[in-house]
Amino acid sequence: MNLWQGAVLMSVYFPHKKLPYLLVLPQLVITLIFFLWPAEQAFEQAFYQEDAFGLSREFVGFDNFVYLFNDPQYYKSIWVTLVFSFSVAFSGLAIALWLAVMADRVIRGKLTYQTLLVWPYAVAPALAGVLWWLLFDPSMGPIALWLQYFGVDWNHFLNGDQAMTLVVISATWKQISYNFLFFLAGLQAVPRSLIEAASIDGASPFKRFWTIVFPLLSPTTFFLLVINLVYAFFDTFGVIDATTQGGPGVSTATMVYKVFNDGFIGLDMGSSAAQSVVLMFLVGVMTVIQFRYIERKVEY
Amino acid sequence: MIENRPWLTFVSHFSLLLGIGVVALPVWVALVASTHPSSAFGAGEIPLWFGDQALENWRSVFLGEASSGVDVPVWYMMLNSFIMALGITVGKLFISLLSAYAIVFFRFPFRGACFWVIFITLMLPVEVRIVPTYEVVANLDMLNSYSGLILPLIASATATFLFRQCFMTMPGELIEAARIDGAGPIRFFFDILLPMSRTNIAALFVIMFIYGWNQYLWPVIITTDDAYYTLVMSIKRMLAVDQGDIEWNHVMVTTLLAMIPPVAVVIGMQKLFVKGLVDAEK
Repeated sequence: MNLWQGAVLMSVYFPHKKLPYLLVLPQLVITLIFFLWPAEQAFEQAFYQEDAFGLSREFVGFDNFVYLFNDPQYYKSIWVTLVFSFSVAFSGLAIALWLAVMADRVIRGKLTYQTLLVWPYAVAPALAGVLWWLLFDPSMGPIALWLQYFGVDWNHFLNGDQAMTLVVISATWKQISYNFLFFLAGLQAVPRSLIEAASIDGASPFKRFWTIVFPLLSPTTFFLLVINLVYAFFDTFGVIDATTQGGPGVSTATMVYKVFNDGFIGLDMGSSAAQSVVLMFLVGVMTVIQFRYIERKVEY
Repeated sequence: MIENRPWLTFVSHFSLLLGIGVVALPVWVALVASTHPSSAFGAGEIPLWFGDQALENWRSVFLGEASSGVDVPVWYMMLNSFIMALGITVGKLFISLLSAYAIVFFRFPFRGACFWVIFITLMLPVEVRIVPTYEVVANLDMLNSYSGLILPLIASATATFLFRQCFMTMPGELIEAARIDGAGPIRFFFDILLPMSRTNIAALFVIMFIYGWNQYLWPVIITTDDAYYTLVMSIKRMLAVDQGDIEWNHVMVTTLLAMIPPVAVVIGMQKLFVKGLVDAEK
């Protein structure tokens, strides 16, 4: 797939004048109303300061951005986002790769294993958060009680690092299935002859993995890394909102959570809009990276 | 299998079983929790084996007799979830099939512009533009309505993109043949294009349904009327009490009920699901 081939021509086509407009109309209308209009509003609002009741506003230029980038809280949320996203991406990728390598080895029951590993994909992030909250509930969660038995003072309502651990576990749990499927597909595409040749040369399974399989998997790994980061950035709002609500303090308030929190709870529309604009810019960069990379994969 | 290493085979199966166990652990505990009276929780311990309240808990939560902080029963919210999920799925498929058809099979002025307007949405999930989207929907008077729940989430180009890819691989001779046989564009669409993209549509249906069912932030923001609550978001309301007062048995029944439909779809249609996943992210 190649996004930048906007001008690819079908050699044959229908010579109609009005019908095509009618066909694209529904999507255009939806996009204009629910996408371009809000995006434009976000840009506009980022340059205004609104009072708490939304009654009046004044043009303040880049003040919202200046304020944002002088606000230690914002840097804190960037840091939280980075810690959270990279923890989720790396633990998710590592566990999924391990499981996929194991599943690729087994002959019997591969599909059963796959079925039993992929279903968490279908669980809503908010529900994943609630499920793990129960396990880690400081007063009665089995894992929390077990940790306390071993002297770990687990209370994710008071301890920021523990709260972060909990949301990372919940978010990773849901994402393993996705990574697993892609890794398994990637592993199955590694030519058997290469592995056979290496094993005839006396390479151990361990060595074969690091010198042949892992390098050949690198396109898949990189693709999954980008997808996982995007997932951790945007799709994990539910995990955080249902379990920690950004707390304790702001120790699990990611950038997306802060946009929501400042906009709907703090009613600071200008700052929230400025944050939206920053995020839009970030997503834009990530999308370009993604497509650049995918273009290269096509040429492979 | 390249060589026989029994020990490694054992490690493989063991790792996989361990992985499955860890992945299933929270659901196991949730299932167990859903079978006990609420008095079984908070005593510094949680029951680890099934209790005898299963039927009672599931029935009262499903019918809305259990106090949950929401005024409508769970079956009603389940219905709302179905309406939203199906609305998003069908709506997305509808608009994207049509626009992909137009972009691939027709030449018209501003085609490039239409293409870009639609595809720019690939870049921005609703979470990023949440506040302005809320304001637009409020201006259109669509808060607390099904159209408000559904329409803004349809504004994404992933499906259009996918159908465009799929249509572009179709041989041009097909259209030539259809035109020689006297079929117009509408006939071509229904008699040739749709049947040929059947699997793609089904695979996308599975992915979109899960996506729609699992929406959380958007329904939380635009519904204040309990009659439009969806099951996934209602969990927030049930947890919005003092920490000691959470009725875990009821929360867990609700959580499990909210998980069952999408999980059933993934397991029951695994082939289509995998295809949809791989296609959608390729």
